[in-house]
Amino acid sequence: MDRIPILQIGDMLLVSIQVDLQDHTALALQDDLSNRIVETGAKGVLIDISALEIVDSFIGRMISTTAAVSRVLDAETVVVGMQPAVAITLVELGLTLTGVRTALDVDRGIRLLRRTLDEPIGRGDATFDERLTE
Amino acid sequence: MSSSSASDWTTLLRENQDQLIATWTRLVEASVAGRMTAGELARDIREIYQGLLVGDGTEAGIRSSAYDGLRGLLADLGRTRARQGFSPTETAVSVFALKQAVLELLDERADLSAYRAFGNLSRVIDDLGLYMLETYAGTRETVIAQQAETLLELSTPVVKLWDGIVALPLVGTLDSARTQVVMEALLQALVDTGSEHAIIDITGVAAVDTQVAQHLLKTVQAARLLGAECIVSGIRPQIAQTVVALGIEFGDITTKASLSDAMLLAMRNSGLDVVSRA
Repeated sequence: MDRIPILQIGDMLLVSIQVDLQDHTALALQDDLSNRIVETGAKGVLIDISALEIVDSFIGRMISTTAAVSRVLDAETVVVGMQPAVAITLVELGLTLTGVRTALDVDRGIRLLRRTLDEPIGRGDATFDERLTE
Repeated sequence: MSSSSASDWTTLLRENQDQLIATWTRLVEASVAGRMTAGELARDIREIYQGLLVGDGTEAGIRSSAYDGLRGLLADLGRTRARQGFSPTETAVSVFALKQAVLELLDERADLSAYRAFGNLSRVIDDLGLYMLETYAGTRETVIAQQAETLLELSTPVVKLWDGIVALPLVGTLDSARTQVVMEALLQALVDTGSEHAIIDITGVAAVDTQVAQHLLKTVQAARLLGAECIVSGIRPQIAQTVVALGIEFGDITTKASLSDAMLLAMRNSGLDVVSRA
């Protein structure tokens, strides 16, 4: 079975979807990604869907769920490089991916994540967490 | 109805060709004065007249093969008139005026027996006139469809205001077909230019109802999925009141009264400041 590779860059994970997603591939990706987030303690996830030309409601919901799962595991998710046609389809399907951050390309996505992760509030929370564990 | 009575009108037309054509041309000339030259008109009318005689009063009606030539001629005429901007009346009169011409002739002669032939002729002319109008209307519809398409293409300019800021000035009415084109053009421009800020200016939009608002919302949501923020600007006081009265929720979409306000906000958001040199 095809598996989507998950690459680690510092404290971020990069998922680049280069093939048309089958339902089972998508489910496997969701599994793999949540495992990798826990293993690596990643703080950010980039999902690059620039090669994705066709989405259906299932894939749309899967992207949304993956983002929600990542957030529960304390990793910000940014979906990058969505094609205009895909965006129109998702909106028409009523899937606006509420709560998922988006960026035009991987570069902008990384910068967005950096900004979010470096925010003073984020650091404040981290020190608070550390104090709790001590 | 015997074939002899049906062919009566062809005899009538044959015998009085010159007089009828002269009257007919005079009647049509009055309605299309100045739009066509007398030469063109006389040629058209002479051709129709010959076409009528070719059919030889056949019983099969104007759809029969005997009238193929005449139908082609009338279709051509209908198309030309539609393109030249003639009104339906001006177009129809060029055929129907023949009836008037024949009636004038019969009045002159006070020949009651010929009225029967006139009745048959009248039926044929009505059919021919309707046939020509059908072509005329068909051509008009094609012209309108072409114009609508051209308008659709013209009406979606996406302009770059600054590095990373594009604007989409909307003019006219927003319907589903236009919104689709507008949405695609904007999203494609965002991707092509790598812009993170888009300004949708609705100064030129005549009215905003729930449907237009829905279309705007969809466009903004689609842009967000790409990773770009939209600002809606150019909301006139009247439109603001309508929007509130209709209970339309723009949600968390930033709205500004003028394009310059929106531009300033977009520049601020992309980390730029405008300062005066003085």
